Amino acid sequence: MTIWEYANPVKFMALSGRILPFATVLSAALLLTGLIWGFFFTADDFKQGSTVKIIFLHVPAALMAINIWLMMLVASLVWLVRRHHVSALAARAAAPIGITMTLIALFTGAIWGKPMWGTYWAWDPRLTSFMILFVFYLGYLALWQAVEDDDTAADLTSILCMVGSVFALLSRYAVNLWNQGLHQGATLTATKESPIDGSYYYPLLVCITGFITLFVTLVLLRTRMHIRLRRSRALLAREASR
Amino acid sequence: MLALFRRDILLAVRSGGGFGLALAFFLILVMLVPFGVGPDRAVLARIAPGILWIGALLACLLSLDRVFQLDAEDGTLEALATSPVPLTGLVSAKAAAHWITTGLPLTLASAPLGYLLGLPTSGYLWLVASLGTGTVALSFIGTFGAAITVGIKRGGLLLSLLVLPLYIPTLILGAQVVTRAVSGQSPIASLALLSGLTLLTLALIPAAAAMALRANMR
Repeated sequence: MTIWEYANPVKFMALSGRILPFATVLSAALLLTGLIWGFFFTADDFKQGSTVKIIFLHVPAALMAINIWLMMLVASLVWLVRRHHVSALAARAAAPIGITMTLIALFTGAIWGKPMWGTYWAWDPRLTSFMILFVFYLGYLALWQAVEDDDTAADLTSILCMVGSVFALLSRYAVNLWNQGLHQGATLTATKESPIDGSYYYPLLVCITGFITLFVTLVLLRTRMHIRLRRSRALLAREASR
Repeated sequence: MLALFRRDILLAVRSGGGFGLALAFFLILVMLVPFGVGPDRAVLARIAPGILWIGALLACLLSLDRVFQLDAEDGTLEALATSPVPLTGLVSAKAAAHWITTGLPLTLASAPLGYLLGLPTSGYLWLVASLGTGTVALSFIGTFGAAITVGIKRGGLLLSLLVLPLYIPTLILGAQVVTRAVSGQSPIASLALLSGLTLLTLALIPAAAAMALRANMR
């Protein structure tokens, strides 16, 4: 019993079908709890007022935007090395979610930036990196659209994801040389104790977990959709050839 | 490999279109800038490094879809792929030929165009040096994009969508070399980083482009 058993689409469909209802309920519960707790039951910040509460959308979305790309990279590598179709389809399924998260992070950041920095947009390294990430997602999605053959498309997008990761990382550090930043550095780290007060920290953690489970739900749903699409196309092709 | 390299250069030079086109595009682009921002020499001098770099980058993009397209259409690419030359070698030869016919002329043309934009004298050497180093990376990254899109009909627009984001680090570092030289800072560190980026591209891209070609020909 290894994880590779679920490379078999039938087994994947069975397992994901069983997980999906739980994931859906869990993500809805976590998001509702986290957001309501965050928006209505936390005190206003003494400097930022109530605008600080956008943190409960901004931080989880930004976190997911980057990590979804990483998940796509891993799935792409699995496809290139072991050629499991589910893996390629999971990468494809994750991309639209990733680009949405990038957009959410950019827009909530703009809304937060206006009262705090006095501007919706600044050519700050972090902001710019997110815009770059957005174009990488766009190119990846456009390539999936453009290639007709499924396996070739999976190959090409995987290679693009690999090369794109290297250059996205290079861009991330090159923009640091290019302009001074307005945006603060990372505050939440896994190794250090949080400098954020508990009254914000715990609802934020709930929101982050909510976003992660939401992503799991959506990616399972979309992967299942792509598997079914492929099955129905195969069925149609069989009908037509008869 | 050498024969392929020579053949590609000869084809680019003799078939017309590809070779001079990038240069002409570069010239026109630089000429358009003063129309857009006004003829004030101080403003032009300030934006000259960026304009020259962006111009070179776009001019590089123009001829990319020809790198594999013609060979793929008449089947030469398949013949080349079955030859004893490894696919990475084929890609490198193609990219090198693209650089000789696009990057090198652009680099040489950048100095007089820099004069037109009123680039301060301290910038010329570094402009040529940064473009000479950076366009190599541009040609190789572009060849990767061309390898990805070779099987797609009318892939030109997609090619630019895929390749331009990959050009960002090169553009940042390349333009920075010139800006630093003009403003009196030492551009050595930026040039070293740019060379490092070019070397990384040389090491990484041929393998990736070969993979893409193989996927497209299966």
